[in-house]
Amino acid sequence: MINGTVVDLSRVQFAATALYHFLFVPLTLGLAFLLAAMETVYVTTGKPIYKQMAQFWGKLFMINFALGVATGLTMEFQFGTNWSFYSGFIGDIFGAPLAIEGLMAFFMESTFVGLMVFGWERLSKGQHLAVTWLVAFAANLSALWILVANSFMQDPAGATFDPFTMRMQLTSFRKLIFSPDAQSKFVHTSIAGYVTAAVFVTGVSAFYLLRKRHIPLAKRSLRMAVLFGVLATIGVITLGDALGFVAGRVQPTKLAAMEGLWKSESAPMPFNLIAFPSQREQKDYDAVQVPDLLSLLVTHSLGGTVLGVDALERRAQRRIEQGIPAVQALHVLARDPTNAAALAQFDAHRRDLGYGFLLQRYAPNLSQATAAQVRAAARDTIPFVAAVFWSFRVMVGLGLLMLAFFVLAALYSLRDVVQNKRWFLRAAVWMIPVPFLANECGWLVAELGRQPWTVFDVLPTWMSASTHSVAYMVFSLIGFLGLYSIFIVIELYLLVRAIRHGPAEPGGSGAPQGGHAPLAGGAVPAAAYGNKAEG
Amino acid sequence: MGLYATLQVIWWLLLGVLLMCLAVMVGMDMGVGAILRYVGRTDLERRVALNIIGPHWEGNQVWFVLGGGAIFAAFPLLYATAFSGFYVVMLLLLWTMIMRPLGFEYRSQIERPAWRNAWDWVLFVSGAVPMLIFGAAFGNLFRGVPFHFQWDLTSFYTGSFLGLLNPFALLAGVLALSLAAMMGALMVMNGAEGALLQRARGVVQAAAGVAIVLFAAGGLWVHAMPGYRLIGSPGPGLPQTPLEQSVVTVPGAWLTNFGAYPLLWLVPLAGFAGMVGAWLAARAGRSHLGWWLGALAWIGVIGTAGAALFPFMLPSSTDPSMSLTLWNASSSKDTLLWMAGFAAVFVPLIMWYTSWAFWVMRGKVSAEKITRGDEHAY
Ligand code: HDD
Ligand code: HEM
Ligand code: HEM
Repeated sequence: MINGTVVDLSRVQFAATALYHFLFVPLTLGLAFLLAAMETVYVTTGKPIYKQMAQFWGKLFMINFALGVATGLTMEFQFGTNWSFYSGFIGDIFGAPLAIEGLMAFFMESTFVGLMVFGWERLSKGQHLAVTWLVAFAANLSALWILVANSFMQDPAGATFDPFTMRMQLTSFRKLIFSPDAQSKFVHTSIAGYVTAAVFVTGVSAFYLLRKRHIPLAKRSLRMAVLFGVLATIGVITLGDALGFVAGRVQPTKLAAMEGLWKSESAPMPFNLIAFPSQREQKDYDAVQVPDLLSLLVTHSLGGTVLGVDALERRAQRRIEQGIPAVQALHVLARDPTNAAALAQFDAHRRDLGYGFLLQRYAPNLSQATAAQVRAAARDTIPFVAAVFWSFRVMVGLGLLMLAFFVLAALYSLRDVVQNKRWFLRAAVWMIPVPFLANECGWLVAELGRQPWTVFDVLPTWMSASTHSVAYMVFSLIGFLGLYSIFIVIELYLLVRAIRHGPAEPGGSGAPQGGHAPLAGGAVPAAAYGNKAEG
Repeated sequence: MGLYATLQVIWWLLLGVLLMCLAVMVGMDMGVGAILRYVGRTDLERRVALNIIGPHWEGNQVWFVLGGGAIFAAFPLLYATAFSGFYVVMLLLLWTMIMRPLGFEYRSQIERPAWRNAWDWVLFVSGAVPMLIFGAAFGNLFRGVPFHFQWDLTSFYTGSFLGLLNPFALLAGVLALSLAAMMGALMVMNGAEGALLQRARGVVQAAAGVAIVLFAAGGLWVHAMPGYRLIGSPGPGLPQTPLEQSVVTVPGAWLTNFGAYPLLWLVPLAGFAGMVGAWLAARAGRSHLGWWLGALAWIGVIGTAGAALFPFMLPSSTDPSMSLTLWNASSSKDTLLWMAGFAAVFVPLIMWYTSWAFWVMRGKVSAEKITRGDEHAY
């Protein structure tokens, strides 16, 4: 049996590295589209300032992209290194979208990003524009495939457990890709990336307007970003609502945790605006409620109800009892695959196999499981409510904040008064971290809310980890934390430095070296871009 | 052979192709990193070398990513067992690999010599260490790896970190590194002029020489080494777990396949031909030709390992009967079929646009243009 500390450390390590990867991902997803949009305006209107914009934001894009790629490399292998049982158990399904992501998206993204940076001189205007669009398109395609993989863990559709090979096997590729969870997740997450880039570009442009530098470039960038941002924020909120709808259907425990709903009530149900959930006592302290809202939000009708923790635990208890014979039959089949009685018993209870696994943590010998152990395992099916509840509220709150921000920014920008609203510009700079925080909170909702499962209702987290020693896990965790801390310091330093230098001004002082390509020597403020801009 | 067994063999071959592409393309970029401090004596020379692979290393690196993804999709049990078993080594591989993108992107952002020097060391480490590990992993396949399974296929690795650094594995590691250095140097020869080109030529010849010696030594060593032989299994194309077969170890068994199919001797021969050819081509200053011959060398070396190990993928030294073979580690028929469809469409497409990218960026990288700031990003 796997050591519990090792499982916890593996979870911490996976969470830390994934959350870290997702610091860079959203900006890549969104900024790529903004770059493509800027370059499109350049190619269609021929105005050099748009080329200058594409190259300046392109430089920031690449600083961010480098770390996105570096941290993605870790992710690709971490399922094998740290979640070995999990990988063998569902690799038949889960590996496919991951490999397709490489084939279809990463290759395109990474090959063309090289040409995007190095190809300004070598490619025609039209070719370069096409390359930039391909980068944007491919980045979003990669998000699609990884989210298909992730959605399988949330809603394992299109697969069934095979007792003879001891793993999940693919039954329907179509169900795997077209799962409703995957669809809404993809749109919500990629649009969250557009919001992120919009806030970033708005914030940096506001910084220049505050300093009265690069005003034409800043004003144009700001307007594009703001219009993009209004649409994207509306999109992210609409799709977030759809996600909640899906979660309610396939993951009622996650929904109950998101809403801090301990007791099932009759419709219409109130919504907890603020509350302090206590896992031990199973109740909320100091709840501030809005009547009827929960039914409306989650079921889109006043008559809908949502199951509370009490009902879900009772349901889990029944499924655990049903899962015991499934695991026992599996033991027999492992020794004797021809045993027809065991196979019949397994087939009768296979639906609840995962719940049987869950109980094994408390009762390694299932035939002697006590009622108390079953109850403990049932309790375990409820995720950590306070964390899910608050992550969700922070994400939604920040989403609404950004909507207000963009609506205001759009008004100011369209009336061309934004450069005079200094308080607003200052606020815009402070908004830069907000979407990043919202993104991280979103993943915390999605992943913490899935606990105690790695594959919902099928494979418990406690079984999924590799059988490492605690010492190995401490070593790797320290290594990752150390390296990643150094990385983020370097990246922030370079990013801030590049922003302070600002874009190259057309006709400005000469560039001794570094080049017009977006990455070129940051030491050089440089007209490098501008000199060539009309080229 | 039924459809399932055919698909298993196709995926075994495809995995071989992926590993060869990985070795050729990523190995070349890592080779440039590993020799950077030697071939480039001035900052400008180093920047020339970096700009030669600058537009391509990112795309090339995806062969590594795809290698991971394809093993996961086609041989999930191999992905699960090998990467967790090689834990510390995998971490060293990943930690050094993730420094590389930063080395490329950040090095030339700041002009301070200390900054650039530090990143040059990063590029050295992130070029040399992963290639050593890549080769050493292959070496360990011949020795067998200490792991076993429990009834539900939970895997346990019982070896130590140092056990993975045995002499044969190190030989394979240095072989991989020297081939990488050779390819990197050939690539530098393609894009450079003057002193840089001359030094790169020296590296090609030295590295090819080392590779020839090590490849020959490895071949002799394998003759005497205990190899694995499958003596009973449910057979190809039948769903199975690694708990249902029997395997014995026999000295020299890694040459069984060569004995049964003498044509296979052409594979190691191609490896030697590639190395010797690359050496000669570098001497004649024909670096393009040399590059393709270097690729042939990699194909020969990896092909030889594959031909010797078939059908084994990860032999177990603690319980040989639990060894992973392509028959018991592969995914189900449906997954293999879907993935074969995707690979059939996308691998040619990838090769096509990769070639286009190389064609767009063809020609020499000029030091003068770098100083002027045209054209080159690093
Ligand atoms: C919603 C988007 C999303 C999510 C959830 C993830 N990624 Fe990611 N990933 C991207 C979106 C992305 C991207 C936008 O496509 C990146 C970010 C920066 C970049 O270069 O590409 C990327 C880069 C990236 C790379 C480098 C690709 C290259 O060399 O070009 C790898 C190997 C991974 N990721 C793998 C993963 C894995 C295994 C994940 C699961 C835990 C994961 N990513 C989560
Ligand atoms: C980049 C965005 C992602 C973030 C920020 C993220 C975040 C997290 C967090 C916070 C956990 C820890 C939950 C816990 O242990 O309680 C976790 C676990 C996990 N996630 Fe994600 N996740 C992301 C994407 C994914 C994707 C795309 C997949 C699969 C394709 C995935 C697979 C897993 C697995 C296998 C675990 C380990 C089991 C567990 O502890 O739940 N994650 N992730
Ligand atoms: C304001 C209204 C919003 C609502 C109602 C909402 C709703 C949700 C829900 C229900 C989930 C969990 C999905 C699941 O696992 O079942 C989620 C996840 C997530 N949210 Fe939001 N969200 C909102 C705003 C935002 C904003 C503003 C961002 C970022 C800019 C964001 C980024 C994310 C991310 C990255 C995830 C994790 C991936 C995923 O599950 O799609 N969300 N959101």
